[in-house]
Amino acid sequence: MSSANELTFDNGIADADLERLRAGDSVELTGRVLSLRDASAGRLAASVHAGEPLPVSLENQILYAVGPSPAKPGQIIGSAGPTTTARMGRFLPALFNAGVRAIIGKGELHGEEMTPFLSHRGVYFGAVGGLGALLANQIASARVVAYDDLGPEALYALDIVAFPVVVIIDRRGMNFHEIARAQWRKG
Amino acid sequence: MDVTTREIDVALLRDTIARLIVEANYNIPADILHALRDAIHREESPLGRRTLEQLVRNYEVAAAEQRPVCQDSGVAVVMLELGQDVHWTGGSMQEAVYEGVRQGTQAGYLRWSVTGDPTRMLKLSGQDTPAVIHTEIVPGADVRITFASKGFGAENASALKMFVPADGVPAITQFVLDTVDRAGANACPPIIVGVGVGGTFESAALLAKKAVLRPLDTRNARGDLRQLESELLERINQLGIGPQGFGGRVTALGVNIEVHPTHIAGLPVAVNLGCHSTRRISTTL
Repeated sequence: MSSANELTFDNGIADADLERLRAGDSVELTGRVLSLRDASAGRLAASVHAGEPLPVSLENQILYAVGPSPAKPGQIIGSAGPTTTARMGRFLPALFNAGVRAIIGKGELHGEEMTPFLSHRGVYFGAVGGLGALLANQIASARVVAYDDLGPEALYALDIVAFPVVVIIDRRGMNFHEIARAQWRKG
Repeated sequence: MDVTTREIDVALLRDTIARLIVEANYNIPADILHALRDAIHREESPLGRRTLEQLVRNYEVAAAEQRPVCQDSGVAVVMLELGQDVHWTGGSMQEAVYEGVRQGTQAGYLRWSVTGDPTRMLKLSGQDTPAVIHTEIVPGADVRITFASKGFGAENASALKMFVPADGVPAITQFVLDTVDRAGANACPPIIVGVGVGGTFESAALLAKKAVLRPLDTRNARGDLRQLESELLERINQLGIGPQGFGGRVTALGVNIEVHPTHIAGLPVAVNLGCHSTRRISTTL
């Protein structure tokens, strides 16, 4: 991956690191993330709204939209490609309010869906959908940290290593899906 | 006893389904892998090319490591072409399919991706029925099974509309383009597009599903439909969505159109999208 930037983070992603990213940049991420999924995001957002304590701190965290398949014996995690971020769009304002700084996911976010990113100066990273096996091999550890009754939709802490993503929404509000479409569209 | 009747124990169906679901999720169809490798050379966008290379590598790794190609094993869609001379013994044929899906899901470490309560609110009780079964009765005593693990990224972006006769081919074309455009990156391009035209509301959708499951290396028997498929494929690839919506020339690997007679006052059109791991596998009992 000679054209990729390497971005390592510890205890959340640093402001300066988010600042230099530009829509369309290929980046390899190394650090700890939390999973983002319909059911767990719903619970987290509800707790944020209710002013209840969260099972884990979301301060400076990056969330990865994923619901992995079960790990085979000896595997750290099952297949773990991204899921469609837009389904959890309604939960993002609460999650960003609680300190989330970036989302890794898949698929389009436009218009109002971009608002949580713009108002909190967050970044949206796109992982390639369907890269289930390849991305699982870039996860060094995985453990459930909350909501284990939700099975694959539980809240996981994942240590990702050289995890390939593309910057979709950067801090200037540029949207790579829109830029790319305009660049490559014919007629 | 009628000598043309063939007895099949449902256990054979159950065990076959259990095997098929694992194979389908560990190895994507050879025609799709071939199309992806081919697409690398056609893609002009460097990032698009790298993305396609990652997809191919993912499928090679999944097959080698015997693990699911994608975490979403989707909904099991089981198409049965059931010979009318077959007599099932040993229990319920339908339950054997469901049990095969459950056993294969467990044995293959596939994700259980089905809920018995689609509303997520009504707390509907009852066992999850893990498969959607379509049965066609055909002559003979064979059972042809086409098994698909249909992931919901692309499925969620599918659409159906009841057009009027005067709308014609231009409306069908625009509807396909609009559906693909609206899906964008969400359907995990490069996609496969299945179009069902005619029939009734529900049969058009089934036709589209059959179309999306048609192997990429088979050609439509009708010359005029073949022509329309080629034109649509080209126009879709001009949308510029590209692999994973990162921009490029390869947005779709193929467009398949199936047509059925319909009412003189109607034009049902269904568009079923499949992602680059539209998992399907067929066998005959």
